[in-house]
Amino acid sequence: MSSAKVEAYARALVEIAGAEGGLERVEDELFRVARAFESNDQLRATLSDSTIPSEHRQQVVAQLLGGKSSATTIQLVNLIVAAGQVRDLPAIIDIVVREASQGKSQSLAEVRSAIALSDDQQKRLAAALTKATGKPVNVKVVVDPSVLGGLVATVGDEVIDDTVRTRLDQLKSLI
Amino acid sequence: MNRLIALLAAEDPNVTHHWLLPETGEIIYGGLASVIVVGALVKFAGPAIKKGFNARTERIQKELDDAANAKSKATSDATAIRSALGDIAAERSRILADADAQAAAVLQEGRARVAKEVADLEAKADADLAAAQGRSNDELRAEISLLAAKATPIVIQRTLNDQTKNELVESFIANVGAAR
Repeated sequence: MSSAKVEAYARALVEIAGAEGGLERVEDELFRVARAFESNDQLRATLSDSTIPSEHRQQVVAQLLGGKSSATTIQLVNLIVAAGQVRDLPAIIDIVVREASQGKSQSLAEVRSAIALSDDQQKRLAAALTKATGKPVNVKVVVDPSVLGGLVATVGDEVIDDTVRTRLDQLKSLI
Repeated sequence: MNRLIALLAAEDPNVTHHWLLPETGEIIYGGLASVIVVGALVKFAGPAIKKGFNARTERIQKELDDAANAKSKATSDATAIRSALGDIAAERSRILADADAQAAAVLQEGRARVAKEVADLEAKADADLAAAQGRSNDELRAEISLLAAKATPIVIQRTLNDQTKNELVESFIANVGAAR
């Protein structure tokens, strides 16, 4: 899909989420869906399989997100599935999250952690990153066991990396 | 004159007056004839004889000179031969000395070359040994690094519990917040 088409879908999702209310929650849930889609091969294969009727794929989405996400989030994801644009789901959602952040005059801070962060930790992390970057940030946490420990935060072009994985890589390069 | 002739005519030609000496006339005639013959010989044969004697003298003198020259030449040749013999001996000595010097030089050069080859071989062996040792060390170091690189994440992943991971998160937040 062209970038213009991706941005058009993204803007549509933002408009719908804004109209439905609760954009902040929706974009957070969409962000988690996108990361799950990227990391789970089976989910990606199932939702991308055009031989499976879109109704069945939408049922899969509803079963996966039901009870964990808002109805708006489920409807938005199913909208993308029904449109046959599942392969671009992460790119569309990333634009949604970025635009939602810009709407709040925030920068998107994607944080990867080996464990899930508590709400308190996310708030303190957001405050720390805001202080470090000099601009308000919208923190999105991705649980990524490959970092082993610690956090890596990407805010725009700036990367703050203090993960065990990176330290191991540095150690490996030294020996 | 008449008396001489009468006297001669009175004598018997078959009888001599002395048993040993001829008749006076014969002595005279004979003497005269001898004088004439001798004179003729001296006049006509003398130069030839003298010339013959001179030629013989010259020939003998020439033979004597030739003999002297031959002797001188033989002496000179003998001297030359002796000199040549001396030169040959000197040349022989020189050639032998040169041969000895060349043999000594070849021997010295050979010893130096062999010594250098031995030194080169020893140096090469040392270098090969050091290189092999270095390769072994490098390979061992690389093997250890590879094993360590593979083992470390596994060990750390097993070692890191949630509490430690949580402490790392808190450390990150504290450090980032204190950075600026």
